[in-house]
Amino acid sequence: MLNKSNKTDVIVVGAGPAGIACAITLARAGREVVLIERGLFAGSKNVFGGAIYTKPTKEIFPNFEQEAPLERRNIAHNFIILGEEDSTSVSYRKDGNESYSVIRGKFDRWMAQKAKEAGVILVEQTVVRELIKNGTKVVGVKTELEDYFADIVVLADGVNSLLAKQIKLRKEIEPKDVALSVKEVIKLDKATINQRFNVKDGEGVIGEIFGGSMLGVLGLGFIYTNEDSVTIGLGVTLDDLVENNYRPFEVLEKLKQHPTIAPLIEGGTLKEYSAHLIPEGGYNKIPKLCDNGVMVVGDAAMLVNNLHWEGTNLAMLSGKLAAQTALEAFEKDDFSRKTLKNYEKKLQSSFIIKDLKTYRKLMPIAHERKKAFMEYYLKKINSFFAMFTTVDGNPKRENYRKFIKSIFTDRKLSELCKDIWALIRLVWSILI
Amino acid sequence: MNLDQKLYTLKYTPDNESHLNPDQNKCKNCISRNCTYICPAQVYEWNEEKQELIINFENCLECGACRIACEHKCIDWRYPKGTKGVTFKQG
Repeated sequence: MLNKSNKTDVIVVGAGPAGIACAITLARAGREVVLIERGLFAGSKNVFGGAIYTKPTKEIFPNFEQEAPLERRNIAHNFIILGEEDSTSVSYRKDGNESYSVIRGKFDRWMAQKAKEAGVILVEQTVVRELIKNGTKVVGVKTELEDYFADIVVLADGVNSLLAKQIKLRKEIEPKDVALSVKEVIKLDKATINQRFNVKDGEGVIGEIFGGSMLGVLGLGFIYTNEDSVTIGLGVTLDDLVENNYRPFEVLEKLKQHPTIAPLIEGGTLKEYSAHLIPEGGYNKIPKLCDNGVMVVGDAAMLVNNLHWEGTNLAMLSGKLAAQTALEAFEKDDFSRKTLKNYEKKLQSSFIIKDLKTYRKLMPIAHERKKAFMEYYLKKINSFFAMFTTVDGNPKRENYRKFIKSIFTDRKLSELCKDIWALIRLVWSILI
Repeated sequence: MNLDQKLYTLKYTPDNESHLNPDQNKCKNCISRNCTYICPAQVYEWNEEKQELIINFENCLECGACRIACEHKCIDWRYPKGTKGVTFKQG
């Protein structure tokens, strides 16, 4: 345990996927690590969409598939485009063992238990109020009860990261750079879930929902199957909620009532309602990732790839890379920014920063053209299928011509030009 | 389903004092008062009579949205004490 001066090798603030991955990597290498968690237990303040990814999780927990509390192995990925009343869906189905649905209250707690077994000192129910600095170097943390000191402090304190802000690693977050997510876990019996989602025991489905109650705003819905519950939720950028005077739970309530969604959750009882912010600032809003004696990982570092629903994997990997950098720093006995900069270099040469850079233009362009891409075209896709499936005695050629003409006449022609230009810019920025 | 029914599903250990402290002087002159609708737990309610924000901090889900959305950036927002606040079992 800690010596009298409360000094340890590394303090990690926050027992989510990033903090735990960091702490366990250090402990396995023989370092003394204190992992501080503000909740009653690790996982009790943590909320997410619903799936953890198999490969990256194995990097930290090789046997997690046998040991961890998992819900269902996802075998299908559905993309559901909702109009006001109608919908069009695309489903990709293959049991590629890509991901599992989990309940964070159970899964994070399990991860934290593994960390403890590896030697991590887990301190729960403790809030770090501020970082302690000696000159320019972070040397410890101030909690409500006592101060702890360390050679390195790793900030895994989540999207709000008040600590990164305290030491000016990042500026105040703007409403357009976060999505507010609300979700419900709805209890349904196993057999009903299997039948409604066309799966067997242990198999699950991920649903990604566009439009519906989120038509015209930058928001996406999600539905995940757990063992005996279904998670349904949505995330809408905070500036859009403000602009539209939306109450987030009302947007979710409306989504649940959509004729395509309602039958999936019908008859279920609400187990738990929750809310959380998702960092969506992307590449341009990544904070400074390190300074003397300190590194930032996971959501606190804005490491979320929202288009691909990746967050926990980026969190775990960033935690691991920060741990590896810390180990190098101990070898050199140098905890300065210069040495910890290697964490940034490691992130940059990994897929994490590469992917975020690939999508650097996505959110700015999406913000610009949200009425087009989050409303007009979603409705248009549905109206195409409405036309295609309607048997009304009209000659088909006329229907086609009418549909194509409508693309040019529904809105000002300049809108269409702007969309095409936005699409070219986006595709260019992604591929080149 | 209304919000009260949703919040009823959560385990809370409320503190005696609020961890959310807006600058009420600024709230008086605030035009948008967007905290009163964007909050997923409807923690903030405007009391017209008293001309002040009522803060139902014990319902807070600790998401941080109000702090970022506040147009005056005037909410002193902290995490509740280590043993207090919301506990998610299903997150």
